[in-house]
Amino acid sequence: MRHIISILIENEAGALSRVAGLFSARGYNIESLTVAATEDPTLSRMTIVSIGSDDIIEQITKQLNKLIDTVKVVDLSEAAHIERELMLVKVRATGKDREEMKRVADIFRGRIIDVTESTYVVELTGNTSKMVAFLDAIDRSLILETVRTGVCGIGRGDRILKV
Amino acid sequence: MQLTGAEIVIRCLQEEKVEHVFGYPGGSVLFIYDELFKQDQIKHILVRHEQAAVHAADAYSRSSNKIGVCLVTSGPGVTNAVTGIATAYMDSIPLVVISGQVPTAYIGQDAFQEVDTVGITRPCVKHNFLVKDVADLAVTIKKAFYLAQTGRPGPVLVDIPKDISAKKCEFHYPKTISMRSYNPVVKGHTGQIKKALQLLLDAKRPMIYAGGGVILSDAANKLTKLTRLLGFPITQTLMGLGGYPATDRQFLGMLGMHGTYEANMAMQECDVLLAIGARFDDRVIGNPEHFAKVSRKIIHVDIDPSSISKRVRVDVPIVGNVPDVLDELIKQIESSEAKPEAMVETKALAVWWKQIEAWRGKDSLKYKMGSDLIMPQYVVEKLYEVTGGDAFVTSDVGQHQMWAAQYYKFDKPRRWINSGGLGTMGFGLPAAMGVRFANPKATVACITGEGSIQMNIQELSTCKQFHLPVKILCLNNGYLGMVRQWQQMFHGNRYAESYVDALPDFVKLAEAYGHVGMYIDKPADVEPAIREAFVKHKNELVFLDFQTDKTANVFPMIAAGKGLSEMILAEEL
Repeated sequence: MRHIISILIENEAGALSRVAGLFSARGYNIESLTVAATEDPTLSRMTIVSIGSDDIIEQITKQLNKLIDTVKVVDLSEAAHIERELMLVKVRATGKDREEMKRVADIFRGRIIDVTESTYVVELTGNTSKMVAFLDAIDRSLILETVRTGVCGIGRGDRILKV
Repeated sequence: MQLTGAEIVIRCLQEEKVEHVFGYPGGSVLFIYDELFKQDQIKHILVRHEQAAVHAADAYSRSSNKIGVCLVTSGPGVTNAVTGIATAYMDSIPLVVISGQVPTAYIGQDAFQEVDTVGITRPCVKHNFLVKDVADLAVTIKKAFYLAQTGRPGPVLVDIPKDISAKKCEFHYPKTISMRSYNPVVKGHTGQIKKALQLLLDAKRPMIYAGGGVILSDAANKLTKLTRLLGFPITQTLMGLGGYPATDRQFLGMLGMHGTYEANMAMQECDVLLAIGARFDDRVIGNPEHFAKVSRKIIHVDIDPSSISKRVRVDVPIVGNVPDVLDELIKQIESSEAKPEAMVETKALAVWWKQIEAWRGKDSLKYKMGSDLIMPQYVVEKLYEVTGGDAFVTSDVGQHQMWAAQYYKFDKPRRWINSGGLGTMGFGLPAAMGVRFANPKATVACITGEGSIQMNIQELSTCKQFHLPVKILCLNNGYLGMVRQWQQMFHGNRYAESYVDALPDFVKLAEAYGHVGMYIDKPADVEPAIREAFVKHKNELVFLDFQTDKTANVFPMIAAGKGLSEMILAEEL
């Protein structure tokens, strides 16, 4: 099962490597990992997407909690939540493909944020399946480059992860 | 008053009432050594290799309730210490390791004796710090002592760049510390404890399985009280020995890969299992699928939530400090109206004990003793007799370690000092040094093999310098015995590199270091030799080189991947 784990962690040097090291040392899988400081600069928030059985996810949560710098850990996917990721795609946009690319980007509510005579950069926000759907919808041979931030997520309504 | 970083380090150690620091000087820690030199409250123990410094500090911790502290230089000082740190980490031993680092401006430049200490040690410490500002130094050291000793204990490393130890700032040592990210649980959940008690009282085939957590949390008395109140059988892990008196009838011996027949059978066949401060590791329960074949209810008490339901699904988890949870259990038993003997289904318990006695009747630790070859087990038994079962016994790793665990009956906690988790050869001798510093009058024996002892033999020099009258009992069979045993049993008798050729003359070697050496090759000489070592040479280090049966194997044995009830017993059984 795919899980989205959110971590509040002290914004100390090496915090990221403690988390990354834990995953590699114990053989856990990381689909994506994002991290940045929160509104409180002493805290970082990390979002990790991992795939594993319930037992493994339970161990991951416990092991993350065991790290001395970890303040809180929540498995967002246990309840209602929102997840988003940002993707930038550089595509070839010439001739008839130029118009088609604009059209598809519009359908996916993407924005074209860089334009040259022969390329576009499309910015797309959404959940992972939307990213995949967009890439499937355009001609693969036109894709020059893609970059994704990985998932970040937040609980719905009263579910708040805060110190 | 403004103090230098080096002065602050020493002041912090003094504030923590540290009496001994095990270490080895070098470039990056020169300022700190300079301050050590100027005071006499803290005694520095100069080892001959940094690995030994950590093992000694580790055993200092294990054998007392004082914390071990070591001090090493950057680069190779740290990398040498890593094996020691990992050893302590695997067995959850509280330690503070202070390491020097190259000056902050040089970090990342591949400077002389630079390594990424925080990076290298990260996977084998409870936590580590690189101090980048002298103003953070005192509070960081306070945190290190706090983290090492609270919750599930473990080693904590503080890396101090050389310029930080020279810079000055105002010294203030915090009395207490709190960290929003670290709040270990102490008390167990009362409701869970109640549930656990009900299960225990309803049990027909109950079993108590206790581990190193009992020793680390000083809960041996409470465990003994609870076990006697309940009248249940109890077994202990390699790390837990001494947590319950081994000479008591309720004790079934150690369990696991080389556990007794009765302990392993009872563990497999019980219907309610109370696990206390233990972690169901591979050397203890063998194959978890085989273990799960018998359905039983498991209650697991541990301070570390990540130890619970890690290898074995648990029915009643109780996260908490072992002595606190045991107190609550005892309280609930004593305050309940019916007396425990009456509450426990005594008839069922009697049937269970009868079964256990039948298993015990197998006498699984029996061995054959001839008149010309010294059996290694016999040496341990004689050591037990001569020392009245009251010695501190350290060991290295291998067959001798298992024989020591099987045949020396530990009645008290913190007397059995071995590397259980990491299985570090070379642990025994430096550990014996640490024990002796923590317990200056104690009788200390190091049971070792001719392979292991050579991994830190240089410490004979440290023992001479500090007059440590440790008794080294080397069970010399000319083989890396445990490796040979596996090769015999699972690799078609192909003894690849397990024969230790070109052994030194240990008697002469001991004498070269200024100690007493003894060579023993006849069974009849074993006891007199041990007596001579412990009585006549009471105040000297004695190296007893016992020539033992080269073919002796450790039994019972559970092969890797097999289950608890699939023991291989000694051929003669």
